[in-house]
Amino acid sequence: MFSDYSLAELGSIFVMQGFAGLILFSVFVLMALGLAIIFGQMGVINMAHGEFMILGAYVTYFTSQFFLNHLPALFTAYFFVAMILAFIASGALGMFIEWAMIRRLYKRPLDTLLATWGLSLILQQVYRSVFGPREVGVELPEWMMGSLPLTDTIEVQINGLFVMGLTIAITIVVAVLMYKSSWGKQVRAVVQNRVMAGAVGINTEKVDRYTFGLGCGIAGVAGSAFTMIGSTGPTSGQLYIVDTFLVVVFGGAQSLLGTIASAFTISQAQSTLEFFLSGSMAKVLTLLGVVIILMLRPQGLFVIKVRR
Amino acid sequence: MSSNNDKSSKFSATRRKLLMGMAALPAAPLLSQAGLFSTPAFAQAPATSAVNTTGLAVTDTEVTVGILHSVTGTMAISETGSVQAEKLAIEQINAMGGVLGRKIKFIQEDGASDWPTFAEKAKKLLVNDKVAAIMGCWTSASRKAVLPVVEQYNGMLYYPTFYEGLEQSKNVIYTGQEATQQILAGLDWVQKTKAGKTFYLIGSDYIWPRTSMKIARKHIEGHLKDSSVVGEEYFPLGHTQFNSVINKIKLKKPDVIYAAVVGGSNVAFYKQLKAAGIDLSKQTLLTISVTEDEIDGIGGENFAGAYSCMKYFQSLDNPNNKDFVAAFKKMWGEKTVIGDVTQAAYLGPWLWKMTVEKAGSFDVDKIAAASAGIEFSKAPEGYVKIHPNHHLWSKTRVGQAQLDGQFKVVFETPDLIEPDPFPKGYQ
Repeated sequence: MFSDYSLAELGSIFVMQGFAGLILFSVFVLMALGLAIIFGQMGVINMAHGEFMILGAYVTYFTSQFFLNHLPALFTAYFFVAMILAFIASGALGMFIEWAMIRRLYKRPLDTLLATWGLSLILQQVYRSVFGPREVGVELPEWMMGSLPLTDTIEVQINGLFVMGLTIAITIVVAVLMYKSSWGKQVRAVVQNRVMAGAVGINTEKVDRYTFGLGCGIAGVAGSAFTMIGSTGPTSGQLYIVDTFLVVVFGGAQSLLGTIASAFTISQAQSTLEFFLSGSMAKVLTLLGVVIILMLRPQGLFVIKVRR
Repeated sequence: MSSNNDKSSKFSATRRKLLMGMAALPAAPLLSQAGLFSTPAFAQAPATSAVNTTGLAVTDTEVTVGILHSVTGTMAISETGSVQAEKLAIEQINAMGGVLGRKIKFIQEDGASDWPTFAEKAKKLLVNDKVAAIMGCWTSASRKAVLPVVEQYNGMLYYPTFYEGLEQSKNVIYTGQEATQQILAGLDWVQKTKAGKTFYLIGSDYIWPRTSMKIARKHIEGHLKDSSVVGEEYFPLGHTQFNSVINKIKLKKPDVIYAAVVGGSNVAFYKQLKAAGIDLSKQTLLTISVTEDEIDGIGGENFAGAYSCMKYFQSLDNPNNKDFVAAFKKMWGEKTVIGDVTQAAYLGPWLWKMTVEKAGSFDVDKIAAASAGIEFSKAPEGYVKIHPNHHLWSKTRVGQAQLDGQFKVVFETPDLIEPDPFPKGYQ
């Protein structure tokens, strides 16, 4: 296993694998954050999360096309515009869905699972009818491709760094929103005790709508970022959804810290195992590990105490 | 056309019929010239009782076939092209008079990317609709699900995808390549022209890539001089993180990366290769799973320079293909691209038509027996012939991907390669 490599090579293996693990970690956090907010704060299991991500990816695709055709000079910067538009589009759709469907189901949390699963099928078909069944290729500005050489054998990928930066930025914004802003206080109050929160004058409906919108908006940004690494087609959202649920459930659904810790654990395990075993084997062992830990700790890694 | 009309002053009904018949006669060869073949059968269709003794959905004017592909679910992206090609072939065959004087009607069913559904729909097509043939399936899993149904109810399946081989059925015509046809010539080529000595194999984790890689490894280690495999790795379907394997590739520096990654994973794999600074114009990469369809999603700029080993590319320069590409784009839009499987799907209805006409019957047993030796000289890929083992003789080609998402053919086997679904020494 180790004998194939020299000592120097082993050193760079660990650095590069560590870095690959960090990229995977960022990807997981980005995917799971929106889901964790919605599930953790509202108890809604959003099976259509992947489709909200793909909406963001399609928005990115159309933005890139627009810039290519009409503003080629600004193409290098289009990605930032695309991410903002993706957030707005997915967030708006999320708020609409909350108003039209989810709010009728708060008393029946398991039904949200079915309803959002149906929604995901509907959205997939809508994408297929509107955008066509084939995958689209999102062209990226040149500066996002390529890698920075640190030493002869160690290189870090620019889009990996970009995803990491984005993840850190979004996580900080969400943390500040949740724990420092008055809106965050309202959200947490509603989570802890909906009736009491209503009684002290918090507009719980509005809080719900914006929370759902925020979760979906983050999904849109994640989708936008994934055009760098993944495919954009009507059913691409399905590629991510299993991993996303895995991260959220493993972390303990109600805790943002748990989501981050679980994303870190899973990504590092996956990345390290992948190097010394094969890709499929790494996935199997990671899943096995998660299952065993969930058997010992059914609530996930981190649990916050809530009065029921 | 006929100049008799003006002097016919008295119009008896029979005379008028006769005249119209005469007027139609010169039009018949015109019509068939517009198509790809001349069909003498157009004028005098044989009686249904004579050409159909097993109760298929054949009338004096119509014959029904089934189209069975996924138009929903994850495989819809790939199978859309096959459906389009089959419909085009059927329309063209109908325009020149149909099969044994009968227009082809099709019933389309959706396999929905779900293998039990494929089996169910195949049964429905054969038992309820009594279709004379089925054009369909894409993944090996769907074919394996449909196969027992087709054999039990004695149907005829025209299967378009290149696949792993190790199968043969009297009820199936495989219009794509089996694994050895696709793999061996390409490996020989890459070793000779790119001085490929070390190979890194990477694929998705299911039967087709694993079997293909097994054959490739045997060939590299057993038949190519001084060559070796320095890595072999598989990833689950839909996997989107390839950073680890890319790191390994960077360390091992193989002469050739040999890839059979499928579906959406392709997009992730090639984007990440490019982002990791592996330049496909310097690093030789040969794949057996990327067609023009996939490049649509990957993006031409991420795949340019790589080599793909297939029997067909949209850019093939021959008159058959020019007609085919033009007709396809006319029917389905200027922006559509045509990949290897799409072309193989187009062959299905044509081969079936020619076999039916050779057999002089729609009956499945007669068609199965008459299939061997059927030649299609107007195939877009050039020329194909059905082998007694129900696979096609075909050429293998290597294309280099260009920025616009099309391939430039850089190698073509001089002769047709004999299909060998049960390769000795490779199992």
